[in-house]
Amino acid sequence: MPLAEAVTLGQYVPGTSFLHRMDPRVKLLITLFFLVILFFINKISGYCFFLVILFLLVKTCGISLKYLFKGLKPILILILFTLIAQGLFSGEGRILFSWGIITISDVGLWKALFMSMRLAMLVFVTTLLTLVTSPIDLTDGMDRMLSFLTYLKFPIHEVAMMMTIALRFIPTLLDETDKIIKAQISRGAPLDRGNIFKRLKALISVFIPLFVSAFRRADELAQAMESRCYRGGVGRTRMKEMRLSLLDLWGTLIALGIGSSTALFNFLPYWFL
Amino acid sequence: MRIEAKNITYVYGSGLPWEKKALDNVSLTVEEGEFVGLIGETGSGKSTLVQILNGLLKPSSGEVLIDGVNIFKEKGLLSRVRFRIGLIFQFPEQQLFAETVFDDVAFGPRNMGLGFEEVSWRVEEALLKVGLNPLHFRSRSPFSLSGGEKRLVAIAGVLAMKPKVLILDEVTAGLDPKGKKEILARIQLLHKNEKATIIMVSHDMDEIAALAEKIVILKEGRVVLSGKPEYVFSRPELLEAQGLTLPTLPGLLFSLRQCGWNLPTAVFDLKEASRLIKEELSRASC
Repeated sequence: MPLAEAVTLGQYVPGTSFLHRMDPRVKLLITLFFLVILFFINKISGYCFFLVILFLLVKTCGISLKYLFKGLKPILILILFTLIAQGLFSGEGRILFSWGIITISDVGLWKALFMSMRLAMLVFVTTLLTLVTSPIDLTDGMDRMLSFLTYLKFPIHEVAMMMTIALRFIPTLLDETDKIIKAQISRGAPLDRGNIFKRLKALISVFIPLFVSAFRRADELAQAMESRCYRGGVGRTRMKEMRLSLLDLWGTLIALGIGSSTALFNFLPYWFL
Repeated sequence: MRIEAKNITYVYGSGLPWEKKALDNVSLTVEEGEFVGLIGETGSGKSTLVQILNGLLKPSSGEVLIDGVNIFKEKGLLSRVRFRIGLIFQFPEQQLFAETVFDDVAFGPRNMGLGFEEVSWRVEEALLKVGLNPLHFRSRSPFSLSGGEKRLVAIAGVLAMKPKVLILDEVTAGLDPKGKKEILARIQLLHKNEKATIIMVSHDMDEIAALAEKIVILKEGRVVLSGKPEYVFSRPELLEAQGLTLPTLPGLLFSLRQCGWNLPTAVFDLKEASRLIKEELSRASC
């Protein structure tokens, strides 16, 4: 599998759905709002409700759920670790099973389930944001939202530009890495066989060409930007002016609705489970 | 060494929103000592196909047989296959990494586990084959060379492994006409003198028509036409129907034929073509 396919976290899937067309600033704020909510939920019912809503949102964008779950892959180890640490070693509440340092208790199990669900949902929410918002829009939105920071002498435009460029070059560099790795493997580089030292040494043959081309690209990009008179954020206008529309009002209302109904579900009595 | 690709299908991003079938049931046989030209537009699956032949990508379905042995089935065969089938990527100069030209060209042979003497002998030979003077180049940094020289060094890096089969992916892309001519001449020499099997990938019909003994045309992941150049280019209607442009001479002859002239289209030699046209002209004036 080519490298670029293996990484789904932070990928953008182009589309024209409701969520795709919303203003990136509003989407950012709503994501933040959802993340805060996630930290307040403390009942399974709340999580289940929120999860269902999230899946529905993904469906409306025409993105398959399978794809959302793929985003979990990089943090799978973290989730497993949380599950094990919380589930096996916390001795709160009624103890169900105990053997040496391993203690399984009812409260511990609940906590393990909560924590891993919370982690997974944090990833789901942020993945959803990047799935429906192009990196350029995302950094543009941040740039605009945080532009007040320039009054505090913080170069927010430059930071946003750096992020845009970095995000823009991730797929390019991944493709290039892929190609260089293949080229060196076909020259017999022991990248996919042999012991760890051999492999590490062979990595030099990948990193040097990669750095050379990254520097060359940076140089070319800087020249291209200068030749188009780029000189930072001051007085810079944009081709796509961000304007709030009715769509964003609806989006905000729906988000608030989701928030309050999640709270409602969360505070339903325990026996409702 | 005979390479056989049987019913190869390759799917990129299987199950993802941008799933794409790069190759669809492609079969291809390359006999020992043959010069095969693989033509297709961007995105026709040429590069994917050669990477599969080199064992760098595993096909979604289908098999690659080398002298009758499936390279993806036998354990440990892949790395040996890669030494016997040299693949020169598009823009190979981007893979240069060593401090000196010598070290870079020696990378392949060293990975093969050859001794010092054999390695330096092979490096010398490979540099000579691409027309670079070893005395002058061996201790220079590859990054200080010109674009054309870099590419020649990268090609030498593959030749130094003495592969039985050489696969070239768009080897002339981005070179000036002089550099193009030079590299093509070197490849033809390799084919003639060393009886090397060559698979050349290109989107340039003229380049392929002039060199190849067998032509395979790919379009959208399928083989649309394959055979000897005389066969392929004597069917210009078929090529045009597929939206492919003819090489210059067959293209001209085909246009004349459409005006009612009685001419063959599979002619690749300028003198031969002008003789045929003159004949027709003299007949018309009679």
